[in-house]
Amino acid sequence: MKSKHIKKLIYHVLVGGFAILLLYPVIWLIMSSFKPSSDIFVTAESLIPNPFVLENYAIGWEGFGDYGFGTFIKNTAVFVAFVLVGHLISCSLIAFGFARLKFVGRNFWFAIMIMTLMLPYEVVMIPQYIIFAELGWLNSLKPLAVPAYFGHPFFIFLLVQFIRTIPRELDEAATIDGCNTFQIYYRVILPLIVPALATTAIFTFYWTWDNLLGPVLYLNSPEKYTVSMALNMFLSNETVSNWGAMFAMSTVSLIPVFVIFFIFQRYVVEGISTSGLKG
Amino acid sequence: MLQSHMKQNLWGYLFIGPFIIGFLAFTIIPIISSLYFSFTSYDLFSPPRWIGLDNFTQMFTEDPRYLHSLKITFIYVFAGVPLRLAFALIVAMLLNTASRAVGLYRTMYYLPSLIGGSVAVAIMWRQIFGDDGIVNLALGFIGIDAVRWFGDPTAALWMLIFLSVWQFGSSMLIFLAGLKSIPQSYYEAASVDGASFFQKFFNITLPMLSPVILFNAIMQTIGAFMTFVPAFIISKGTGGPLDGTLLYSLYLFKQGFEFFHMGYASAMAWIMLIIIAILTSIIFFTSRFWVHYESEGGR
Repeated sequence: MKSKHIKKLIYHVLVGGFAILLLYPVIWLIMSSFKPSSDIFVTAESLIPNPFVLENYAIGWEGFGDYGFGTFIKNTAVFVAFVLVGHLISCSLIAFGFARLKFVGRNFWFAIMIMTLMLPYEVVMIPQYIIFAELGWLNSLKPLAVPAYFGHPFFIFLLVQFIRTIPRELDEAATIDGCNTFQIYYRVILPLIVPALATTAIFTFYWTWDNLLGPVLYLNSPEKYTVSMALNMFLSNETVSNWGAMFAMSTVSLIPVFVIFFIFQRYVVEGISTSGLKG
Repeated sequence: MLQSHMKQNLWGYLFIGPFIIGFLAFTIIPIISSLYFSFTSYDLFSPPRWIGLDNFTQMFTEDPRYLHSLKITFIYVFAGVPLRLAFALIVAMLLNTASRAVGLYRTMYYLPSLIGGSVAVAIMWRQIFGDDGIVNLALGFIGIDAVRWFGDPTAALWMLIFLSVWQFGSSMLIFLAGLKSIPQSYYEAASVDGASFFQKFFNITLPMLSPVILFNAIMQTIGAFMTFVPAFIISKGTGGPLDGTLLYSLYLFKQGFEFFHMGYASAMAWIMLIIIAILTSIIFFTSRFWVHYESEGGR
């Protein structure tokens, strides 16, 4: 009995200790953001800020130029909202088509969709840029948000898998009750796929919130910058060596990610485990 | 009858219509244009000029920076992805117990994957590997000399590889789900026959998990090839020191949007596509030798 307890203890020390070791840099980043800028690397070995200051947050929040960090958060929130709405509408429609409707060429288009899943963005990046430049869409959200209204292969696939688990008898019953195809989608399927839509929404949020390459390509005036770009700017202006403000705003940029994760943990974990989404 | 078929097709295409339109506008037209640009010299301001295969020959014969970038990207992918999958599998096996703390551990191990792609984490990584950062402090603590991570191109590349391995959490979750689906009775039967831990691992766990490992290996390899943000942030967009972090995507981005060599960058993108296609096929076609499917005839 005693050796069992010792085994358990060793297990928790090992597994828990390794987890803390992995998370240590993040804890260090957060704690350092409360230290005076000049102390961060002098007292790097200590986690406890002494003195504990909030000045980094005040300085970082001022942003740079004429634009405060609040502007960048607002820009990113607008960006996320447009992409989110786009993905939820387009992916659910497309997934319903693939999962429930029989039409000529369905398997062909489904195979094409799976192939686009593996297509590196770099291949389409330059021509897309030229197309959007021709349309006069540079320095706007349009090149970043409009494609979201035409589906995203990962989420279409996720939703197709989910819809396939819903019994077809429900559709048939609805047909007998006089529903047309769109009504089956809207009244029968849509309410039942809410968990998968939640997964779609959460990952759309993560990927859009973190997106750097897209905004770097398409946004060039500071009043339109996203949070990722603003952090990149902090780094470029590093000559000032204001570590504190950079750490503080990095921490701020992680807060929404953590909050959403802890509220919707179930959907995140299930989304990854069942579909193999990369997180 | 004919009419109802027509109707069915119409509904089908109405629903998947957005995908087809998007596919033509944002994928097919760009892919074809990209192929065309790859045979041209194009700076975005004057019209593209046809130069045949010059971009491709230049890449492999006159551009040592390209070959270097290709080489370090291969190192990054083939060191990073197997390490990441190995960590994911080991931790998943450790967490595949009935302990009450598993939920908490699972969350803790997943967190790095959750935030790993962000600029904030890349900035953090840059600082902890600084000359007086906590990594060197920890190395000093166990008696190893400090490494100048930003002074040595090889060390800088490993810094990126560590960042990639650090994010093993999402694969770990997938493996954990896979482990839970292996019937416990297999292990019990093996125990009755006196199988050791390693025998159980190589004869039950690994074969049963192989389809999941295959899927992860493919997706992670593709993802690793396209890594951009950490290299861009950690080197402040330069790819330095001495091109040590000049991953393929970063070099492509610089060629396209810093030097405005759009033709050359397009040619690079096509080589990338071909490499990814070859790698995926290799993983896929060799899989028949190491992937075990539960029922004959595959999934």
